[in-house]
Amino acid sequence: MMGSGGLIVMDEDNCMVDIAKFFLEFTVDESCGKCTPCRIGTKRMWEILDRITKGKGTVEDLDKLEELAYHVKGNSLCGLGQTAPNPVLSTLRCFRDEYLAHVVDKKCPAGVCKDLLSFEIEKDKCFGCGMCAKQCPAEAITVTDYTAPGKKKPAYSIDKNKCVKCGACIATCKFKAIIKK
Amino acid sequence: MENITVKVNGVEISVPKGTTVLEAAHNAGFEIPTLCYMKEINEIGACRICVTEVNEGRGFRLVAGCVYPCSPNMEILTNSPKVIESRKKTLELILSTHDRKCLSCVRSGNCELQKLCKDYGVEDAGKYDGVNEHYEIDDTAAHMYRDNNKCILCRRCVAVCSKTQGIGVIGANERGFKTFIGSAFNMGLGETSCVSCGQCIAVCPVGAIAEKDYTKQVMAAIADPEKTVIVQTAPAVRAGLGEAFGLPIGTNVEGKMVAALRRLGFDKVFDTDFAADLTIMEEANEFVERVQNGGTLPMITSCSPGWIKFCEHYYPDLLDHLSSCKSPQQMFGATAKTYWAEKMGIDPKNIVMVSIMPCTAKKFEIGRPDQNAAGVPDVDFALTTRELGRMIERAGINFLGLEDEKFDDPLGISTGAAVIFGATGGVMEAALRTAYNTLTGKTLVDIPQVRGTEGIKEFAVDELNVKVKVASGLSNARQILDDIRAGKCNAQFIEIMACPGGCVNGGGQPQVPMGIRNFTDIRAERAKVLYNLDKEMPIRQSHENPAIQELYKTYFEKPGSHKAHEVLHTTYVKRKINEV
Repeated sequence: MMGSGGLIVMDEDNCMVDIAKFFLEFTVDESCGKCTPCRIGTKRMWEILDRITKGKGTVEDLDKLEELAYHVKGNSLCGLGQTAPNPVLSTLRCFRDEYLAHVVDKKCPAGVCKDLLSFEIEKDKCFGCGMCAKQCPAEAITVTDYTAPGKKKPAYSIDKNKCVKCGACIATCKFKAIIKK
Repeated sequence: MENITVKVNGVEISVPKGTTVLEAAHNAGFEIPTLCYMKEINEIGACRICVTEVNEGRGFRLVAGCVYPCSPNMEILTNSPKVIESRKKTLELILSTHDRKCLSCVRSGNCELQKLCKDYGVEDAGKYDGVNEHYEIDDTAAHMYRDNNKCILCRRCVAVCSKTQGIGVIGANERGFKTFIGSAFNMGLGETSCVSCGQCIAVCPVGAIAEKDYTKQVMAAIADPEKTVIVQTAPAVRAGLGEAFGLPIGTNVEGKMVAALRRLGFDKVFDTDFAADLTIMEEANEFVERVQNGGTLPMITSCSPGWIKFCEHYYPDLLDHLSSCKSPQQMFGATAKTYWAEKMGIDPKNIVMVSIMPCTAKKFEIGRPDQNAAGVPDVDFALTTRELGRMIERAGINFLGLEDEKFDDPLGISTGAAVIFGATGGVMEAALRTAYNTLTGKTLVDIPQVRGTEGIKEFAVDELNVKVKVASGLSNARQILDDIRAGKCNAQFIEIMACPGGCVNGGGQPQVPMGIRNFTDIRAERAKVLYNLDKEMPIRQSHENPAIQELYKTYFEKPGSHKAHEVLHTTYVKRKINEV
């Protein structure tokens, strides 16, 4: 995928759109700024990918991205620009469904793109221990007045407006009561 | 040289080995568009507008036509759908970082980017819009401003500044998407040792760099009944102004220009050529004095303010070599506000002296110290040829339909020696004509050895036992100055002009698209106008100019007199690099 010859093993927890954006960010930074397609093209591709990972992408954006990728690949002056779009092109080819999920369903199947995620506490699984609320850096988790059947303490819930989607609560919960969607 | 055969869009053509795809296509009758390419000056293949499909036996692929060399039996497609689409997309990308304020842009109608967008059918200029950097306009220099919001990073200005002029006060700052053209440490151009030659403006394809416009102030002065507004026009303006009105390069528009200036409302239309003749009288006298009294030799001409500033910044130890004569523009202003003002009984404070120059450094020169013979600035406004073109258009004057008119007397009377001041070698030729005649009594008017656009020319006048050198373009000037420093220069008299080819190719002349400049020597074409004018002149030696003779008889007494020194000579300032 990248020109280094290295092999990266990834599983379903890696969002391919995010991976493409990550590699492109590197080439945007490394571009020397001499030739037009690489200087402006990679930046504009990155902006499109950024939009997609934030749930603001459209289906037209995918076509625009692909067009731009081929343009930068074919028109750039040096090897950097000529290979910069490869991660985008190969993810578009092999993982188009993931792109579509971001654009059409506004979901990140791998659960990486934070803007497309929401964290929720499953009330009936919550034992009310309050560990998640202690860990939450945004003080987004508060106790409710609902106690699930068979539990002794009331359950907690997450205020989505305050949540920063850091994932600390999930890591803390011993009862797997917190899910991200 | 070995020739190879290539096929351009199916047209077979034989070209010398090493020819670029762009040149081969041009020879076959197909133009490839360019933005960054300047022959022999900026061959960096950066803008990618020139992409062309070539097949060298392994299938078609895109290459930069401006720099890619032809190979035997190469097939070239300059306008295939893929090529057209690629160029269009590159244009759309450029537009996404461009401010697109065409309606209020000084280059509208004469912009290379605008023309390409039209040619390639860019429908949606905002297709790839995104986040852009915003740049403050740099207006710290006396002669120009830079608006990087319009810059397309072709780097022509960078190349011309460092390669042609050997100065390099501008370059690319930052990298990648944040790249912008500016001075080191983002200093304002006015704080650097920019010499104000304006060659960067002349090559800019868009409106990112332009001269500071003073047309409004001049129009206001003309409208003021208290003021006597007089105008002088430099020799090279008549060879370039026509281009602003669509006339071919190398059209003489002297008569129309005079008529247009009168219609603009100037009270008197005079000719800088008069002062060029005066310069020759003073400079020739100074040279003879230096030779006879053991003054600093070689003596170097001082007509080109860009060159003066260059010498002050980069060779301050050689300032004694400069002639102390003011440039013709300043001599004219000084003479008009002293001699002519006295003669006409006008208070010099009420005279507004406007000059039309092919030059941007003249805008810097009018603000120099020791350039105010009558207690007021010798020249109030220095406009470029381009600004005059704009004024004429704004005033609704049908320039092409104007009948030729003549300059006003007496400061409009000049000789053939003066009009060639606008081309490299012209000042030298004019000086030699007068010196030769004064010293030998014989007449020598045509000196082809000092004509032409080569960077450095040499000529030995055996009868006068004088060797002269002529340089244009500051990187060429550097070679001569380095020789002087090293004590290796054998010439006694040297002419230096800052712009390559002299004033005809000055930074204030109408911009010519690089697609034309790459294949036409505009310096030679415009210089032809001046040499033709010289040939047709009844008087071709400065000292025979009757108005000049009258001036010395009634006012200055003789060249180099005390009065002449007060009015027509100046002093120079030692400057440092990147210190104003």
